[in-house]
Amino acid sequence: MRCEWMAKIHFEKRNTTAKWVLFLVPILSIVVGLCFAGIFIVTTGKNPLDVYLLMFEGAFGSAYGLSETVVKAIPLMLTGLGVSLAFRMQLWNIGAEGQLYMGAMGATWLALRFPEWPAYLLLPGMLLLGFLLGGIWGLIPAIPRAFLKVNETITTLLLNYVAILWVDYLVYGPWKDPNGFNFPITAPFSENAILPVLGPSRIHVGLLIAFVATILLFVILRYTKWGFEIRVSGESAVAAQYAGMNYVRNILLVMFISGGLAGIAGMTEVSGITQRLQHGISPGYGYTAIIIAWLARLNPWAIVVVSFVFGGLLVGGYSIQTSGFSAATVAMLQGAILFFVVGGEIFIEHRLRLGGKGGKP
Amino acid sequence: MEQSLLVSIIATGVIAGTPILYAAIGEIFAEQAGVINLGVEGMMLVGAVTGFMVTLQTESHWLGAGAALIAGGLMALIHAFLTITLRANQVVSGLALTVFGTGLSGTIGKNLIGIPLPTTFKPVPVAGLSEIPWLGPILFQHDWLVYLGYGLVILCWFVLYKTKTGLKVRAVGENPGAADAAGIHVFAVRYACVVIGGMLAGIGGAYLSLAYAPSWLENMTAGRGWIAVALVIFATWNPSKAFFGSLLFGAVDVMGFHLQTLGITISSFFLKMLPYLITIAVLILVTRETKKRHVATPGALGVSYNREER
Repeated sequence: MRCEWMAKIHFEKRNTTAKWVLFLVPILSIVVGLCFAGIFIVTTGKNPLDVYLLMFEGAFGSAYGLSETVVKAIPLMLTGLGVSLAFRMQLWNIGAEGQLYMGAMGATWLALRFPEWPAYLLLPGMLLLGFLLGGIWGLIPAIPRAFLKVNETITTLLLNYVAILWVDYLVYGPWKDPNGFNFPITAPFSENAILPVLGPSRIHVGLLIAFVATILLFVILRYTKWGFEIRVSGESAVAAQYAGMNYVRNILLVMFISGGLAGIAGMTEVSGITQRLQHGISPGYGYTAIIIAWLARLNPWAIVVVSFVFGGLLVGGYSIQTSGFSAATVAMLQGAILFFVVGGEIFIEHRLRLGGKGGKP
Repeated sequence: MEQSLLVSIIATGVIAGTPILYAAIGEIFAEQAGVINLGVEGMMLVGAVTGFMVTLQTESHWLGAGAALIAGGLMALIHAFLTITLRANQVVSGLALTVFGTGLSGTIGKNLIGIPLPTTFKPVPVAGLSEIPWLGPILFQHDWLVYLGYGLVILCWFVLYKTKTGLKVRAVGENPGAADAAGIHVFAVRYACVVIGGMLAGIGGAYLSLAYAPSWLENMTAGRGWIAVALVIFATWNPSKAFFGSLLFGAVDVMGFHLQTLGITISSFFLKMLPYLITIAVLILVTRETKKRHVATPGALGVSYNREER
């Protein structure tokens, strides 16, 4: 008793993958993902086309919308680069959200402790501490992963909750601004701790930091021996060890840098946007980063491009909240897109044959 | 006094552990057949919101639980199609399911926040058994879903380890190529197990919105789906061990509340961290132990099956 329809769907391996397939699959994934999510928007009694149009206008229809899209793309790029590095080694770091919060906390500590330091000292210091604390938060689950093979997917995810609760503890407790009318916020940063903006918008220097990180990551992965090791380790841990590569050290290092990049995103958010630490500084950048990294097939340049698209999705999400949508709707769209991204992957290396016979060709 | 406090900690632990238990047993089915589903959190949330909506509409919490079962199964079907038919990466597909489920439940539940339910699952003490000292209040003064959970543990343990069906499931998870050669329909077994997993996760979620804290709140599962995934490793893929694990995690979950009644004041933020931190600690300890005792994880866990590369 075989299901007949299953035998009729059959994937045939492509000999070569045309360039246009590589581009078409992700674009189609987004379009079809939005159509799929549209079914659920209909159940809320709204017309999905109107909703998407409203989102598109909000994100790309005005100078303000566009600049906000860029603003959101900054932390997405940094966290996206971070998780993509770990994914390359088949390390499922889904803790970028928590790593971002810890980085924000580290940067905030320095900004509040030494507000009088000149900007040329304070800002790099905050960047370094953000990187360091995000990195440590990535390193904590990496240690049991490297030495005991403890499942890092679960530990990195659970640490997100811990990091967010820890920051909440600080902003509701010891770090709360005494002049903040009891809001869960720290005191505002001094002038010296604020990232300069580029032109008349909220786009801050973090954009340049993200670009530098992209270039660095690209160069490291493409041109250094260590980058080669990461790529090999990702293909096969066994091969990497046979080749004499230090697999354990590479896990620790990759997770540290991966967390560190998310930590920098936390630094640029508090320093460039909120200009203080507060409850809920991230609308889930660390989770969106996973989708971006996968959609970009872990390519640093593609991550930059995809981050702008998803930055637009976030900004568009804000503009539909005024017409009665939950902030969670954006997550639904993101999840739906990711379904088609992972489902579409098989079409990059295979072509679909209907009604053909299964079995070896 | 001392005794009654211990009893009440364990008794509330049983209740708090029930949603995790359902979800973990579901995940055991999927993983025994070789499919990791990290969408548990998302399936639970969709189960919770669906159960709540249907209970609100029909004024029957049983219909609500049934709807949650179906909703969870449908969610899992997406994961099954992606990972089994399209051979997609199981980790990423599961993550997509969690993100999607979180978003979907938040979207359709937007206007349900703060609405009271007309009917909920209420404790039904079992005549006779509930009078037993210690065991009575711990096990037999709860609602129907808790009792069904006990039955489910026994049933699933029996099915997985004592029946031919269970053997087929485990064969598919261990070595799908060999199972296929032996005439087992690998795809059908995997589809069935993943969907059963989603159904149970759906009920686990509905337990939160219909019994544990009857209400709907965005993200009300608060990581319980992930704790359930960790619990599966803790239980070494065995439903009966999952029961004791869920009790442990349930007790940790309610620990904060009991500490406060004892007059021990710790910041509530730290108390809320406890379940996550203890889950991580337990996961590390258990992984070390399982390696020492060579407890085998399902051999083909996380690997797609491609008939043509058999």
